[in-house]
Amino acid sequence: MTSAETTEAAEPTGAAGADGADGAAPGPGPRALSWQRRRASAARFWRAFRTHRAGVVGLAALVLFALVALTAPLTVGSDVASVTAAPGQPLQSPSGHFPLGTDQFGRDLLGLVIWGSRVSLLVGLLAAVLSVAIGAVIGITAGHFRGWYATVLMRVTDWFLVMPTLVLAIALATVLSRSLGTVVLAIGVTTWPTTARLVRAQTLAVESRPYIERAKALGGGHWHIMSRHVLPNVMPLVLAQTTLIISSAILAEATLAFLGLGDPTVVSWGGLLQDAREAGAVSSGDWWYLVPPGIAIAVVALAFTLCGRAVESVLNPRLGVSR
Amino acid sequence: MTAEATPSALDTAVAGPGGSGPAAAGRARSGRPGAGYARYVAGKLGGAAVSLLAVLVTSFFLFRLIPGDPVKFMTGGRPVSAEQIAAYRREFGLDLPMWRQFTQYCGKALTGDLGTSYQFHVPVTDKITEALPNTLLLTGTAFVLYTALGVFLGTRSAWRHGRLGDRFHTGLALTLYSIPSFWLGLLLIIVLSVGAGPVPGLFPTGGMESGGKEGFAYVVDVVHHLVLPVVTLVAVEYGQTLLVTRSALLDEMGGDYLTTARAKGLRDDLVRRRHAVPNAMLPTVTLIFVNLGRTVAGVILVETVFSWPGLGGLFYQALSVPDLPLVQGLFFVFAAAVIIMNTLADLLYPLLDPRVGR
Repeated sequence: MTSAETTEAAEPTGAAGADGADGAAPGPGPRALSWQRRRASAARFWRAFRTHRAGVVGLAALVLFALVALTAPLTVGSDVASVTAAPGQPLQSPSGHFPLGTDQFGRDLLGLVIWGSRVSLLVGLLAAVLSVAIGAVIGITAGHFRGWYATVLMRVTDWFLVMPTLVLAIALATVLSRSLGTVVLAIGVTTWPTTARLVRAQTLAVESRPYIERAKALGGGHWHIMSRHVLPNVMPLVLAQTTLIISSAILAEATLAFLGLGDPTVVSWGGLLQDAREAGAVSSGDWWYLVPPGIAIAVVALAFTLCGRAVESVLNPRLGVSR
Repeated sequence: MTAEATPSALDTAVAGPGGSGPAAAGRARSGRPGAGYARYVAGKLGGAAVSLLAVLVTSFFLFRLIPGDPVKFMTGGRPVSAEQIAAYRREFGLDLPMWRQFTQYCGKALTGDLGTSYQFHVPVTDKITEALPNTLLLTGTAFVLYTALGVFLGTRSAWRHGRLGDRFHTGLALTLYSIPSFWLGLLLIIVLSVGAGPVPGLFPTGGMESGGKEGFAYVVDVVHHLVLPVVTLVAVEYGQTLLVTRSALLDEMGGDYLTTARAKGLRDDLVRRRHAVPNAMLPTVTLIFVNLGRTVAGVILVETVFSWPGLGGLFYQALSVPDLPLVQGLFFVFAAAVIIMNTLADLLYPLLDPRVGR
């Protein structure tokens, strides 16, 4: 699955032809040349990405949500989460004044959903970055250093892989104090093994190539080889993996918040669903309280999945048709 | 866990036994036919045993980190005398030093004794064996349905890939996969149990039985309670099976042997059923086993939402106390389910695919 094709996009070979013509003219130094190649490679990536309609739709949805989350302090303000300054009556159904109704404290649900996007997106992003960072470091080092070090690391990875992720995350969130950091940690620490496996396989593929041998012969140390040769080649894989893990991290955050293991002082989509359940929205049939946060979670998770799949199939053309 | 990136999870599922394949095949070449597989089995079983021990150790130490004195939770905040507290401590072995507690825990666990629950005052194994059949009923039913649905729709999608039906099913699977299972469960309860607008309450809101029924009426009652949780589980889980089946079959579809089969004049339907699907099922089988283990562990949310009296609901209850022995025991059971299923998949795979491990 993680074949050598993934590296294709990271290598400047494809762009070399186009750059060759420019390079013939005197002027661009090595630094300028490498930037030129990076730009060309990014442009090529974008052209390929654009052909995946689902990926573009996902990206558009993400940009929209990101804008909503970033501009939330201007549009709704942090007062929206205040229980004492609630503008409406408790549990009002949707009306002209409150388009999505109000919660059990009389707070505006539309404002809460908008405000909650900040925490949900932030935790999702941070947890995914943490998870992929752990996975990438362990994967690259386990692929680079052979011997007992790699054996021990891969045993640990395998052990984490068989652990039921949700159960372990719940356990960690229970054991540690209730805060956003805990949620990020619980998700990040339990989801990295898949990335480590993928990155290690890719590292092994890259390190068997002749140019690594050349780098070693020229005196390149471990750090040089890992950071300058292996890392750029596993980056595309890591990028695709991050996009996909964000979507599961957002779902996991909602799950933990719903189970009451999130930070009770902040507003998040999962927390809103828990509030709704505790307020008896289920038994009284107040569907309008439950629907918006759930849809928001689903749309963002789907958008990240669509983007991730598009990125993956751009970087790994062999999977392009099948996935 | 439901929250697992679709393709990445599949990669591992598929790469798992495949990855161990070449090495095992290399070893096998030297011995008698069959001896290689025996060694492979021994290796996998040994690995599983080590994993189970590691889980046992983790379950002990992880939950010791929960802040607070378990005796306080046991007494429920009632004023109790120092003697009573000491008696509680002795009863649950909490007066011993940590390493003694640990050796005692391991020793007992190896004989099948997981300790006594703080909140129910009965052996943990009793609580688990009591709840296990309920969980197995729920997950088993859902598992059979979503595997059948996923394989069926995945095959159809791949066979007619790019058409409207394929795009619809892939899109629907991805969408359902992105939905939090507990949210879907709550919505189903609101619409179909409580009743929204013109829809009357068709199904019970939770639990497993209404009570007071016997014989056939009891079975009907349980099935009636089973519908909504199963629908929720199937909806969020079938997408993964669909996508793996689809991509596995698409990988096979360029195969020369399919062209040969068509050239022989076989009907399209037979080419698919007899030739393409059996080969495409190989990676799917691994996923199916991994899923079965994961479903047992991932059922926590659905059981909590529907108040289903199973392991997941028990885990949630035990966590809120926190009832250490019960949490430890359940954690061990969940992890063991995943480990056992993964091992089974590893053992089965070389038998299904002669290219691997023999």
